[in-house]
Amino acid sequence: MKVVAQYLMVLALSPLLLGIINRVKAFFGGRKGIPIFQLYRDLFKLLHKTPVYSRTTTWLFRAGPIVGLGAVLCALAIVPFAGRQSFLAFDGDLILMVYLLGLARFATVLAALDTGSSFEDMGASREVQFAVFAEPAFFLALAALARGTGQLSLSAMFVSLTPAAWQSAAPVLALVTAALFIIFLAENSRVPVDDPNTHLELTMIHEVMVLDHSGPDLAFILYGAALKLWALGALISCAVLPRHSASWFVDSGGFMFMMFVLAAVVGVLESVIARLRFLKVPYLLFTAFSFSVLALMFQAAR
Amino acid sequence: MHTTAELIIVAIILLDLSLAVSGSLATCIRLAAAQGVIAAILPLLAGSGAPESRAVIFSSTVILLKGVIFPWLLTRARVKANARKDVEPFIGYPASIILCLGAFAAASWLGTRLPLPETTRVAWIVPASLATIFTGFLLITTRAKAITQVLGYLVIENGIYVFGLALFVEQPLMVELAILLDIFVAVFVMGITIFHISREFDHIDTDELSQLSDWHPQRDGEAK
Repeated sequence: MKVVAQYLMVLALSPLLLGIINRVKAFFGGRKGIPIFQLYRDLFKLLHKTPVYSRTTTWLFRAGPIVGLGAVLCALAIVPFAGRQSFLAFDGDLILMVYLLGLARFATVLAALDTGSSFEDMGASREVQFAVFAEPAFFLALAALARGTGQLSLSAMFVSLTPAAWQSAAPVLALVTAALFIIFLAENSRVPVDDPNTHLELTMIHEVMVLDHSGPDLAFILYGAALKLWALGALISCAVLPRHSASWFVDSGGFMFMMFVLAAVVGVLESVIARLRFLKVPYLLFTAFSFSVLALMFQAAR
Repeated sequence: MHTTAELIIVAIILLDLSLAVSGSLATCIRLAAAQGVIAAILPLLAGSGAPESRAVIFSSTVILLKGVIFPWLLTRARVKANARKDVEPFIGYPASIILCLGAFAAASWLGTRLPLPETTRVAWIVPASLATIFTGFLLITTRAKAITQVLGYLVIENGIYVFGLALFVEQPLMVELAILLDIFVAVFVMGITIFHISREFDHIDTDELSQLSDWHPQRDGEAK
């Protein structure tokens, strides 16, 4: 019962994260900012519109957003909530989770290529290029965590992560958290890698791929992005919040507070640093990769 | 306590990586200084309880030298030599970082094969020191400036220092102090040399300093 409740809670709350990020950025920019629930309104509005399809597109274009959203929904079912068991947990589910996110990206990229627009192709090319660097880093970070906790399921890994683990294996966990944070920023096209607010096609990565989608399709994509932000953020929150109390409500409250803090941190980060040059982004992802490799080697040598 | 020491070890390794990728000469000087300073904190954590006064004096001497005097001397040499701001590597930064990671893998393998005295319980102190020494060699061999050669030398010394801590018993303190004195003199002399090189040749690029002035193969051939 509780696992279903927490899943539904995630589905309802994840668009809020983007609202918080935007409000924090607006605060730093001296503006009032858009309402915190703006994404909910946008989604509601888009769902009632009729989508427009170009004559050059095929079924791939229509399938993209649906497959993307479906894959992220499944991935979210694997992600633990408040360091507790998720309702889809089995040994080796971390591989499924990474590849579900990969499938979502693949569907989006195919849909972008299907439009035949050169800008969307450029965006797709960049998205895939950065994914090449981000995915091994993600995998190795999870592998270090799996090796450290001796568990093969995401939920079990974070359930067995206790304050005592932080005391004895702080370097490994710190490296893994740092790597996960960089991957979190890169995968969700946040600032040092991509700017979600940019409107210049030449510099966009993720946003340019979804330019041609409209109506419910765009709603699916926006909602999928919000869910992905939650899915990757939840891993970081579970890692830095290892304490489990007996009460489910206390844990959930603390976890959601941590998620909102994470969103605020992203907002602050986006306000104080500029995005990297394209050629420098692989360096950043390579940093995440080396963090993961170090964590894994450190864990193996213990 | 050991967790803190391990965190310091990780910080030393991360500083190795950032030294390998950092493009700015001033940043490199600062990174090498930071590495020396945090490595100097390590002996304070070695024993249980409050550190001895001798260890405190030793650490503060090292911090003063590596954190204040060396960076100051090197920055002065950089400014006086009118060196350009970047380190001009011969190999790309991704290649440098891959070499460093490979060095860690090799060093951690080597670390498992080196028997250590029972007093050392900090994981990874030997791999970290070997990797630091390797980073120093990397800086010496793949960077064009004479200053980065001095920097590489300092990083190697950091690595040897950490390695010495792995075998921490009473005696190495004196040895370490002697090495430190040598290094101090060496950095001093190298600072002066770099200044003279740049005044003589208008640059400090080591790959152009490859001919001895009193040895001319062509002219010798003509004489015969």
